[in-house]
Amino acid sequence: MAISQTSAQPLASTADIAVSVRNISKKYNQTEALRNLSLDFPKGELTSLLGPSGCGKTTLLKIIAGLLDANSGTVQVGGQTISGPGPDRAFVFQDFALMPWANVIRNVAFGLELRGIAKSEREAIAEKYIASVGLTGFEKSFPHELSGGMRQRVGLARALSVNAQVLLLDEPFSAVDEQTRRKFQEDLLALVQNESKTFIFVTHSIEEAVYVSDQIAILLPRPSRVSEIIRPSSFRGKSVDNIRRDPEYLDIVDQIWASLRSYVE
Amino acid sequence: MFILGYKLPAMSSLILWALLWEAIGRLELTFFVPAFSTVIMTLIELVQTKVFQKALSETAYAFSVGIGASVLIGIPTGILMGKSRLLDEMLLPWVNIFISAPLTALVPVLMVLFGFGTKTIIITTALFAIWIIILNARAGVMQINRSLVEMARSFGAGPFTAFYKIYFWAALPEILGGVRIGVIRAVKGVIIGQLLVSIVGFGALFELYSSNFLMAHFWAVLLVLFTLAFAIAEFLSFLERKVAFYATKR
Ligand SMILES: Nc1ncnc2c1ncn2[C@@H]1O[C@H](COP(=O)(O)OP(=O)(O)OP(=O)(O)O)[C@@H](O)[C@H]1O
Ligand SMILES: [Mg+2]
Repeated sequence: MAISQTSAQPLASTADIAVSVRNISKKYNQTEALRNLSLDFPKGELTSLLGPSGCGKTTLLKIIAGLLDANSGTVQVGGQTISGPGPDRAFVFQDFALMPWANVIRNVAFGLELRGIAKSEREAIAEKYIASVGLTGFEKSFPHELSGGMRQRVGLARALSVNAQVLLLDEPFSAVDEQTRRKFQEDLLALVQNESKTFIFVTHSIEEAVYVSDQIAILLPRPSRVSEIIRPSSFRGKSVDNIRRDPEYLDIVDQIWASLRSYVE
Repeated sequence: MFILGYKLPAMSSLILWALLWEAIGRLELTFFVPAFSTVIMTLIELVQTKVFQKALSETAYAFSVGIGASVLIGIPTGILMGKSRLLDEMLLPWVNIFISAPLTALVPVLMVLFGFGTKTIIITTALFAIWIIILNARAGVMQINRSLVEMARSFGAGPFTAFYKIYFWAALPEILGGVRIGVIRAVKGVIIGQLLVSIVGFGALFELYSSNFLMAHFWAVLLVLFTLAFAIAEFLSFLERKVAFYATKR
């Protein structure tokens, strides 16, 4: 692959791997969702899982989250094999998964509440992350009073407030409008830079994946596998405004579309 | 309701019906219907008597214990049925049988089993109320958003925590609906139980008044019961409206 070769950075060494997926297979009754899939997620980077509908992206993400059991294979987070959900990972849901009976601050603090942290302390932490996603003033609002974009900010603040090392995001922006989505993408880039966390990001959008990712894993169905790993290099350090005009950005978008085209009916 | 541009208070149409009742009573068409004012006067006297207060407290006791048991057993059972396929398949047929069964026919059996007293009445009340509470809690849990449950799990909630922090609240609008209908059915249950046992509470009073043709007393007690039942049902719809803000947005 021409683009893969243009990747300047070599693949990170094992010490720098935050999440390591080894030989994962998953079957739902007859459907083979994943077969013998292996993939590494470097620490402090954002890796996108990109692929046609039904290729097993959500399945893989939920296995990493510990919400689903694989039929075989292992997932290691920080060198430890996982056996269920853990405080080292936090999930951001496509449909936000906010508790409609609880206000914003309680929703954001919910992860901390489940960890038994005292109310005043967890609300102070929640307050901070509510501010960091730009929702100051909405602490006492209920989810149904917020727009889709604001709801996802709540979901993001909740995931950030538990201070997990790995953030798992399943198409987090697919239910928000295009302009909000662009703002989210820019915010996400800033977040990856500032938070030194590992992000695993599922998306349908090729442009979005190339725009935000340090590494893009292309998943293909039948049988499900990682067909390609792309590491954009030249535009990552540039300012957000220039990325979409970068020749490498445009090349990668075209190349991914070329490999996915045949899977779109 | 508006008349000539003035907003009438809720239920002011009842005044009209009371006047009609009064008229029929004054006409002395039948001994069965005394005038409304007579009934009210009797009621005022009656509520001050020991007999009435005893009947009311006995009824309130049986009613609240019966409802309490139905709620405490019914809600968790319904939630567990909604969560567990196995439990659901085991219990659902029974719930469906009992919810449609003519429970009145069962009261004589209960009398044999539990005696002619408060115990039988409590059990009758619970039997009237519990099934709809179970079914509604179950329905509430079955419509729960899967990702809400996954969210709780991913942030470290165990089964018990998920039960009372997610399942209960997510199903609360349905649960309250079930409790409201359950309470209305329990009013029937407690009165039917007392009538059949007929030596306790209002059952004893009804027995006394109707066999002595004390119609004003009879109607007065009936009026009290109707008002109480209505007030309880209204209070529960008020609670239901408090959670309605998220019932439609789940
Ligand atoms: N609970 C389930 N039971 C049975 N089959 C399932 C289940 N969940 C997913 N599948 C199947 O597994 C395959 C992978 O599903 P998955 O949701 O992981 O795909 P995806 O890549 O996330 O798709 P999308 O892009 O549409 O979200 C699909 O063929 C799907 O039909
Ligand atoms: Mg998916």
